[in-house]
Amino acid sequence: MHKEAAIREPLILGHKTYNDITNDVVGPIEGPAPMGWKILISITGLISLYGIGCIMYLIGTGIGVWGLNKTVGWAWDITNFVWWVGIGHAGTLISAVLLLFRQKWRMAINRSAEAMTIFAVIMAAMFPGIHMGRIWVGYWVFPLPNQFGSLWVNFNSPLLWDVFAISTYFSVSLVFWYIGLIPDFATIRDRMIKPLPKKIYSILSFGWSGRAKNWTRFEEVSLVLAGIATPLVFSVHSIVSMDFATSVVPGWHTTIFPPYFVSGAVFSGFAMVLTLMLIMRKTMKLEAYVHVKHVEYMNIVIIVTGSIVGVAYLTELFMSWYSGVEYESYAFINRFSGPYAWSYWIMMTCNVISPQLMWFKKLRRSLTFTFVLTIFVNIGMWFERYVIIVTSIHRDYNPSSWGEFHATFIDIGVFVGTIGIFLTLFLLFARFFPVLALNELKTILKSSGESYKSDSEH
Amino acid sequence: MYDDEQKLLAAAKELVHQGIRVKDVFSPFPIHGLDPIIGVKRTRLAIASFMYATGGTTLALLGMWYFMIHDWPMNIGGKPSFSLIQNLPAFVPVTFEFSVFCAAHGMAITYMIRNKTLPGMPACNPDPRTTDDKFVLEIAASQNHDHDVENLEAALKQTDLMELSIKELA
Repeated sequence: MHKEAAIREPLILGHKTYNDITNDVVGPIEGPAPMGWKILISITGLISLYGIGCIMYLIGTGIGVWGLNKTVGWAWDITNFVWWVGIGHAGTLISAVLLLFRQKWRMAINRSAEAMTIFAVIMAAMFPGIHMGRIWVGYWVFPLPNQFGSLWVNFNSPLLWDVFAISTYFSVSLVFWYIGLIPDFATIRDRMIKPLPKKIYSILSFGWSGRAKNWTRFEEVSLVLAGIATPLVFSVHSIVSMDFATSVVPGWHTTIFPPYFVSGAVFSGFAMVLTLMLIMRKTMKLEAYVHVKHVEYMNIVIIVTGSIVGVAYLTELFMSWYSGVEYESYAFINRFSGPYAWSYWIMMTCNVISPQLMWFKKLRRSLTFTFVLTIFVNIGMWFERYVIIVTSIHRDYNPSSWGEFHATFIDIGVFVGTIGIFLTLFLLFARFFPVLALNELKTILKSSGESYKSDSEH
Repeated sequence: MYDDEQKLLAAAKELVHQGIRVKDVFSPFPIHGLDPIIGVKRTRLAIASFMYATGGTTLALLGMWYFMIHDWPMNIGGKPSFSLIQNLPAFVPVTFEFSVFCAAHGMAITYMIRNKTLPGMPACNPDPRTTDDKFVLEIAASQNHDHDVENLEAALKQTDLMELSIKELA
């Protein structure tokens, strides 16, 4: 059996047995829904309905109900799209990249992080869809034979690459997540007493029996999927960044976009995972599995990616001056001193300055501080996309067509609505799905559990 | 049935040493180091996945050659549109995504079929506790003709087991 150094902090606190892990995770699913959950889901449900209403109005009337105009043709819609895709990067990174690096702490968070990924990507995918205006011809993005003499989609365009990247990322993440869920659904199935839930979980568990050969295949599939999901994670946000980088707009036409967007995505994704996990561990009493050490590890990732993002901001600024291109330097002077300077400085404060506080061990091990900081990062990363998109195009080469963007209530309604839908889906997940990867946690109980560690010292 | 994976591992080692064939093991999580003892061969799923990926690459390149070069070449900003090789850099992202798509889904479907885990399939673990915290080691008398049932039972009782159940199979 794998041994772990005694000085390494245990990942599972307390004296847990295999059965305790099952009880802690499956228990909340079996019991009645807590009052707090009912209240929360009512609130998020109402917000979702409002958002859906705004979307229906938008589709019925046309995208003119957004604050978009001839100059600023992309604003909140694409900002929200990139923001949600970015948030969707943490889940697969945690479960795939950290699996390849054999980081055991991922096991307590990967299940919910992946659920978050899937829900965030659904929210993201919605924005290009409704931005098309005529969503009923949305299938035109696929290379289908058609009545226009078979005019195909343009495979040279990053926008089409995005279609492939997002759909691949979404479906592969979903499969990865579900394959991990099957054995855990089987655990719930075998515990359930009421006939209807038992039936549902038995359908969901696909008849999993846990044979030795099944487990061998399970581990192989997880490893190979992790191997191919890892470059996928990096490719998706690189391709998103190319939507901008391959254009000729000053402020977008930058070669550092792919790595800068990927680290920004991981940065914001981890922030969102932390925000949700800190609430979930408390309300679902998972403190023994997700504790200060996990939070500290995630905060370290936040420092690293946050610093990369900070360096990227400064590099961009330096290059705009060093390139000697007049339009390029103006785009950046306009960013920090123009009409949208406020959003630039919000971005700088939230994304560059605040994560540096995590160098203090006391702060990165403080749950309250981490929670507040992750909210800052979420806001900052939304503004990053807003700054990149709106401030770059509102003043382009031709001063006579300069303009400004003002969000309408539909802009706000759609965005807030997606947050509502996202949280509703997450609450449903937390209620009915095993929120921790049971089968994986059980494999590390003996090497990283507190009681086993202290026993082996004597 | 055992209540700890280490006990099961030791028992499996001991039984195989005595020449008894272990039919199967049911456990709530993968037991590392068990496969070589009870003679489970390495899975070939990774090879299958590689083949699906190659298929995806071929299909993506073939498709893009047909759409963009052969059927309807388009002049986009003066970029080369009459040669696959010259246009290849722009086709890399979609080729990559589609290969990953095929590899992942092909492997997942193969995995489901080989495991016989598909929606609506019945579960066949002998005891519901094997998905929680118990470990079952299954031995079939029909696979062990050189040992009679009493012999097998005695050998099993020698190991650190928790429960023993004997079933008459038709």
